[in-house]
This record gives sequence, C-alpha cells and structure tokens, in this order.
Amino acid sequence: MIEPVLSLSGLTKSFGALKVTDSVDLDLVPGEIHALIGPNGAGKSSLIKLVAGELAADAGSIRFDGRDIAGLDQPARARLGLTRTFQVSSLIPEFSARGNVMFAAQARRRSVFGFIRQVNRDKELISEAEQALDRVGLSDRSGVRVSELSHGEKRLLEIAMALAMRPRIFLMDEPMAGLGQEGSSRLIGFLDQLRTEAPILLIEHDMDAVFQLANRISVLVAGRIIARGKADEIRTHPEVRAAYLGEDQA
Amino acid sequence: MRDLITEHRLNIVLALILLGGPLVAHFAEEPFLVTLATRATILALAGVGLNIALGLGGLVSFGHAAFFGLGGYAVGIIASHHQNYEPLMTAPFVINGTNQMLVLWLVAVIVSGLAALVIGALSLRTSGVYFIMITLAFAQMIYYFAISWPAYGGEDGLSIYVRNSFPGINTLKPLDFFLLCYAVLMVVLLAQWRMTGARFGMALQAVRQNEGRVAALGLSPYRIRLAAFVISGMVTGLAGALYADLNRFVSPSMISWHLSGEIMVFIILGGVARLFGPVVGACLFVLFEHLFGSFTTHWQFFLGAALLAVVLFARGGFIGLVAGRARHD
Ligand SMILES: Nc1ncnc2c1ncn2[C@@H]1O[C@H](COP(=O)(O)OP(=O)(O)O)[C@@H](O)[C@H]1O
Ligand SMILES: [Mg+2]
Repeated sequence: MIEPVLSLSGLTKSFGALKVTDSVDLDLVPGEIHALIGPNGAGKSSLIKLVAGELAADAGSIRFDGRDIAGLDQPARARLGLTRTFQVSSLIPEFSARGNVMFAAQARRRSVFGFIRQVNRDKELISEAEQALDRVGLSDRSGVRVSELSHGEKRLLEIAMALAMRPRIFLMDEPMAGLGQEGSSRLIGFLDQLRTEAPILLIEHDMDAVFQLANRISVLVAGRIIARGKADEIRTHPEVRAAYLGEDQA
Repeated sequence: MRDLITEHRLNIVLALILLGGPLVAHFAEEPFLVTLATRATILALAGVGLNIALGLGGLVSFGHAAFFGLGGYAVGIIASHHQNYEPLMTAPFVINGTNQMLVLWLVAVIVSGLAALVIGALSLRTSGVYFIMITLAFAQMIYYFAISWPAYGGEDGLSIYVRNSFPGINTLKPLDFFLLCYAVLMVVLLAQWRMTGARFGMALQAVRQNEGRVAALGLSPYRIRLAAFVISGMVTGLAGALYADLNRFVSPSMISWHLSGEIMVFIILGGVARLFGPVVGACLFVLFEHLFGSFTTHWQFFLGAALLAVVLFARGGFIGLVAGRARHD
C-alpha cells in the first residue's frame, strides 16, 4: 500500500451548536486527485481551512508525512508544503499579476528581510513568475494590476501562485468556479497533468470535472463523510443520489 | 486624467526646494528662516518614520511621540552628563557622557528601537481601533514617567547648553546644522525607497493589503509588522535626537499625544504611503504655523480646514493631487 502524504482521522470542529466537521477520516496519496464533493454548507471549505491551519480543530489528528501537524500555525504548515487556493480569490490587489506570483516565489524562499536588492530586477523571481503565469495561460496579462483582472483571470492567478510555491500537496477550493466552459475544460486538462507533481485535494461543484479527474471521491454532507469511492461507485451510490446528486437532477 | 508630473520627478523637485529655500534664506541673512526649515526637516523625518508603519504597513500608531521623545531624551540625558562631568554610570565600569552626535544618534536609535520592539510586540497582537488605543496608552505611560522623573528635569524638561558636535562641521551655525539634518533626511528617504522596492517592502505592502494571503504563503504577518514597527520607531527616534539638538532642550511635550497626532497629520496632508508625503506635510505644517500663528493663536483652525479638504477631496494628499495614484509593479 502507498503511504499517504496527508491523513486526517477523527477530525472534528464545531461553530457553537453547528458541527461543521464531524469525525472526518480522509487521506491523500501521491499522484492522486481526491475530490471532496457535497452540497453548499456541507463544510468543505471549513475542512480545507482545518487542514491549512486557518481554523483549529476541536478533536482528531492531521498527519502530514507521518508527522502530527495539528500544533502548527498556518504559515508553518504552508512552509511544509501544504498550499491552498481560495474559493474566493485572495490576492494582493495593488500588485500586478506577476508581482503576486513573484511574491509567492519569494515566500517559498522564506525571504522577508531583503532591504537592498530591488525585486523588479530580481531575475530569478521574475523568471519563475513568468513560467508559472505561462503554465496557466496568463503570460500576456503579467503586468496588469490585480484590481484590473477579470474574475476568471484572478482564478487562474490563484493557481499560478500555488505553482510558484512548489507544494507537496495542493488544497484547491472550487478552482473552476467562474471560469466558464472553455476555461474549465482547459483547467481540467491542466490539473490532470498537475497531479503527478503533487497530489490534489479538490473541492469542486462541477460534476463533469470531478468525474473526469478524481481518482477517488469523498462525499461530505452536514460535516460527515457519507460515501467514498471511484467515480462509478459514487454516481450510483443510493445515499449520495438522495442527499446530493438528487438535488442536481431535480 | 493625465498626471501633471511623475512622482519620482516631483520628489526631486521637492528635495531641491527644501534645500534651496534655506540656502536663499541664509544668503539673505535670515537665520530664523533657516532654523524654521530645520524644524520642518526634522519633523519630516519623524513623519517618514511613522509612514513606514502607517503608510506601508497600515499600522495606525497613535503613539509615535514615544519614540520621538525617547530619542530626544537619550540625547538630552547623555549630553547633560557630559556637560556636568558626571559619568552615566560607575559600576561595574565607568561610562561617560558624550557630545558626539554620531554616538548620541546611535544610542537614540537603539533606545527607540528597543522601545518599539516591546511596544510593538504587545500592541501588534491587536488591530484596528484597539491598536490605535494601545499605542496611545504606551506613549502616555512614557509621558507620565518623564514628567515624574525629577533627576532629568521632570515637568520642566532638560536643557542642552551647547549644541552637540559633528566631525568636520560647526553645528552652532544654523545653515551647517540644517544641512546636516537635511542630509540625514535624504539618506533615510533613499533607504526607504530601496526598502520599499526590495523583498521586505513587498512583504510589508502585501501584509497591509491581504494578511490572510501572506499567512497562506507561509510568512508570518506578525513578524513582518513587528520588524516594520521597529524600523519605524528607530527613524522617528532619530528625528527626536535631532530635535533635541535643534531646540537644545527636551521636555515631556515631545512625548505628548498632540505630537503623535501632528506626526500623523504630516502624513495625511502630504500623502499616505508616498515617499515624500511626510516631507510635504511637515513643511506645510510648519509654514501654516509660521504664517497664521503670527496673527492668530487659532492657526490650528486653518490646519484643520486644510486637513478636512485633503480628507474630502484629495485622498492621496498633496502628492496624490499632483502626481496621481501610486504605482506598483
Ligand atoms: N467562521 C464561521 N463561524 C460560524 N459558522 C461558520 C463559519 N464558517 C463557516 N460556517 C458555517 O459552516 C457551514 C459550512 O460552511 P463551509 O465550510 O463554507 O461549507 P461549504 O464550503 O461546503 O459550502 C455553513 O453553514 C457556514 O455558514
Ligand atoms: Mg465552500
């Protein structure tokens, strides 16, 4: 059996009376895309926040490379190689597209205390940023300020920043949202390749994308995993149809 | 709308005006105006310090007079020991006072930097209004401490009988002292300009705009802010050191909340986060004080009106009005 890079067990989190994560077990093995699906408000984003360290779990363990990381804060987990993309784009608005990716490349180097050398002459950072932008197809928008990018371009910039982090695992929260038909299908092709660089925990609403990409699918409803399996098993799973897919078809 | 002039060129023009004015005043034998320009230059430096925290880092400190005052008192105390031939301490070894500005500045910068480290480490655990209030509270603590410390003048302050010395120049001449202060201001501005475009500047500006993103990239927003706060305090402390020598006097009023407010006013008048914002702001402030202060004691009314105009009509302050929106890569 392949050792998982990430494994969650018994992970639990409540907001007051609301159990947003209810003893969730989940793992991610090298080379896979593990999709997490579920209706709105099921707790998918919260689960990513727990793994990334933006939220602290009430109970359960989060192991990364066999090591318990529950005690680490968000920056420390990011430094280990857990890189997330946000459901709502989270960028540096006054920087250009390239500036954002350069900053991600700078952050990967954990470099803060540079006072002399100008980043706009920093060939390493610039070329890394251009490469990442090129991979997501944003090369020609590289000098544009984030506040002037379209919604879809911001989504792609999120991915470019994640690439510049050269992560051990990707945590992606609805990367296709707002990309449109053509954008989505291009991103599907891209993620298909990307899984060989680092496994992806993928939250996605676009079922076509999920069924095309996912090696495994976990279904989250009201904080609990109610089913897990390959695309075919999930498609035909009665509980899933009732709780989730049924909604879609109705 | 096209900008009248690029910010870079505007900065050069402003630097030349600030240099040329006092030179003209000197040759017209108006030493008072030279001293006035020196005052503006030093206050500008205090504003430059705050602008690093407030402008670049979004840290609205309402207690920067603490660093200004600590820088000033560091100079005042050490110089007074020198004047009175009393060592600063005798055990376990003897440390004497000095009248060398270079040494005094170094001490002022270290003292204000350490104070900023302690105040920042505690205050930066809060944000928003709480941060404003807690920085104010720390400054008030230091203010009342200075008032109630009789050894160094207490409420009456502390006089420096002869202006301290700098190698190679006669600091007693108004123009020489002005040029020295001007040089310090320019060196600090140059350093800030480099810093802003370097990795630290990027990190600081990113933290101001989107703290969560910076944390998600693996950098600690708290550490970045703390470093900025310390640098900011050191620069304002250096300004305090120069101010002590300008007036040859330090007193608790250097630490009062009025002064914290005034330093903030420089930045708002000139342009928040703009390199020369505090320079323009401090010059306007000193000009207002001089022009309107001579025929009305309510000159601050005019300052208030100007401030209101800036907040309502020119969010980028003077620099924003003339050079347009700030550019970033
Ligand atoms: N910080 C919070 N405090 C209180 N409730 C929250 C918080 N964040 C999310 N929730 C609630 O938790 C539930 C799950 O949210 P979320 O994880 O965003 O769901 P999903 O991403 O699956 O749509 C929702 O009902 C949401 O309102
Ligand atoms: Mg969500």
